[in-house]
Amino acid sequence: MSLEHQTAKLPSDVAASRKNDNVRMTGASAVLRSLELLGIDDVFGLPGGAILPVYDAMTDVQDLRHVLVRHEQGAGHAAEGYASASGRVGVCIATSGPGATNLVTAIADAYMDSVPLLAITGQVFSTLMGTDAFQEADIVGITMPVTKHSFLVTRAEDIPATLAAAYQIASTGRPGPVLVDITKDAQQAEFAFSWPPKVELPGYRPVTKAHGKQIQAAAQLLVEASRPVLYVGGGVVRSGAAEELRQLAESTGAPVVTTLMARGVFPDSHRQHLGMPGMHGTVPAVLALQESDLIVSLGARFDDRVTGKAELFAPNAKVVHVDIDPAEISKIRFADVPIVGDAKDVLVDLDAAFTATARQGRADTSAWWEHLTELREQFPLGFAPTSDGRLSPQHVISRIGELTGPEGIFAAGVGQHQMWAAQFISYERPNSWLNSGGAGTMGYAVPAAMGAKVAEPERTVWAIDGDGCFQMTNQELATCSLNNIPIKVAIINNSSLGMVKQWQTLFYDGHYSHTELNTGQESVRIPDFVKLGEAYGCLAIRVEREDEVDAAIALALETNDRPVVIDFVVSKDAMVWPMVPQGVSNSFIQYARENAPAFDDEEI
Amino acid sequence: MSSHVLSLLVEDKPGLLTRVAGLFARRGFNIESLAVGRSEIQGLSRITVVVDVDDFPLEQVTKQLNKLVNVIKIVELEFDQSVQRDHLLIKVRVDNTSRSAVLEAVNLFRARVVDVATDALVIEVTGDSGKTAAFLRVLEPYGIKEMTQSGLIAIGRGSKSITDRVFKN
Repeated sequence: MSLEHQTAKLPSDVAASRKNDNVRMTGASAVLRSLELLGIDDVFGLPGGAILPVYDAMTDVQDLRHVLVRHEQGAGHAAEGYASASGRVGVCIATSGPGATNLVTAIADAYMDSVPLLAITGQVFSTLMGTDAFQEADIVGITMPVTKHSFLVTRAEDIPATLAAAYQIASTGRPGPVLVDITKDAQQAEFAFSWPPKVELPGYRPVTKAHGKQIQAAAQLLVEASRPVLYVGGGVVRSGAAEELRQLAESTGAPVVTTLMARGVFPDSHRQHLGMPGMHGTVPAVLALQESDLIVSLGARFDDRVTGKAELFAPNAKVVHVDIDPAEISKIRFADVPIVGDAKDVLVDLDAAFTATARQGRADTSAWWEHLTELREQFPLGFAPTSDGRLSPQHVISRIGELTGPEGIFAAGVGQHQMWAAQFISYERPNSWLNSGGAGTMGYAVPAAMGAKVAEPERTVWAIDGDGCFQMTNQELATCSLNNIPIKVAIINNSSLGMVKQWQTLFYDGHYSHTELNTGQESVRIPDFVKLGEAYGCLAIRVEREDEVDAAIALALETNDRPVVIDFVVSKDAMVWPMVPQGVSNSFIQYARENAPAFDDEEI
Repeated sequence: MSSHVLSLLVEDKPGLLTRVAGLFARRGFNIESLAVGRSEIQGLSRITVVVDVDDFPLEQVTKQLNKLVNVIKIVELEFDQSVQRDHLLIKVRVDNTSRSAVLEAVNLFRARVVDVATDALVIEVTGDSGKTAAFLRVLEPYGIKEMTQSGLIAIGRGSKSITDRVFKN
């Protein structure tokens, strides 16, 4: 293949390509060689029959680190954590059939949260496909609804171009998971490998540069708005546009809210930051959106957890909707000004257009800020002491954040602990907060933290997990211990599926059906998380009193020769506040139980 | 709700039809008719899909279809700006008394008899959905034994082509 076909998107260089012209190798070796040439350093996976040729070839490869996981779902989430912490493409490998189907949850998770993920699966011999062969599953068909794209490769010579195309699709435009399913015969066959391959994707043309007219229209609305809000979503994180966002925020002076997926992309310490909007958002963030006259949505998608009942959301606001995916625009909420483009480019253009337009004067936002400041003072994020005198989960989580500092990476599972971690850790930089936002996948934390630590070994990585979530994927602690990946796990152990229990408390008359897990206080403690952690080679301790919290966190922070597991046995009664009940207007936000800003502000 | 005719230019790749059909199912859109075949360019196929949706969801479905990597272009073909054709094969019951009346209808609709048996005729007819529906109404009283129908296919009127600005780069 000649150099003129090289696409600019591939990180391979010309020198590398010269060494890679017409080298005979197997398809299996070509998989690994292609990954190396794409600039991949680390992959997570687990072998099996249909991917064995690739694993056999792995011993000859120097520039690629393979981390052997204990469950393929762990490989998928690890690759996600790797990608989310570093902004690079995460790669996971599994065999056919159950190996591949075990990846599905992680692939679906990456799809919902736009994570650049490359999933490589072995497939049975092409001659056996469709015969219900041993460990055969139509993984391309199974994952079609949850991948950005997928490929089936049945010929060795198609491997380099397919992997290059998959890499390009996963990492550009709106990032997402791409699956490459490779038959065993394609892995075994020999062919003449060349790099770079010719990548032909005539139907794939993501728009990154926005239309100037729309930028100008958005700038005009920003100048005219007296109650504007910048509604910032995960797209700004994926775009790497934190600095550009800060610039626009400071030029406009507009309040900023960061969604669950965007925590950290705008510093929590910034005076224009009102916090997280949504079901468990801060009162000022929720009401700023609700009462605004202009929402500038940046890489966000008006998720139902943010809007509440969509028809009642921000009734007086015009909307500028910036997204790289045209299908997001006006999907939920009509966009008065639609802008299709990469957040990074759009923010720069919008800032310039706003600054020029504002020279002729702009609407006064001081009354708006007065109102928001009042809300901020009246309804600060906080938590009440626990009713049973036990350890407060919010206290534990905020101390982890404070003692670790802003360079830490915090990966959460899903549920109460996730919301508390989103609320009570101060995020100052992007790629420091990792969680399963769209899919809400319990079990994300431990493997995602593992992947993040592989990507960013110099940073402290915490998995802030629940006792329910932890029991879904904790086997990856074996992977961490054996591969020198010293993550720290804080189990916020309230002995129950806490968020479900909170809903049972609030909406099902306290009918606690199947939410007790018996892992915490005064229970049989099955499993005993300390013993479990020790069994996996971790430093494992239990903390039950507030005065032990800081010392335990300090011990975890100074232990870097093995993973750490801390079983924080916390109160079972703590709930996540504020809260907007499902299916109502965001105006009905409750600051704490029975306490809403719209009503009299009685004491909690 | 109203019917819209979408014409898609797609790469002829395995699973493409599953991706398109699956997207309709997943997003809750109802396909009225679907026709797939080759285009004038090797390796590219043309899909004509008739979908019954309001204007707003139609825009959503078009955007979602555009996101499929193998979909190169989508245009909506308005009825008066395009030629739209259905192709039907109809097996109708005839006897000595009804045969001539059926043949007269065949002539009136510019349909053709393609197979003859003593008690049945197979008739092919091509036309837009209005014409084919009218033809079926005429044949109904004689007894339609079976019928099969291609999906609607459509092409824009005039000299412009769906591939016009696709392969410039």
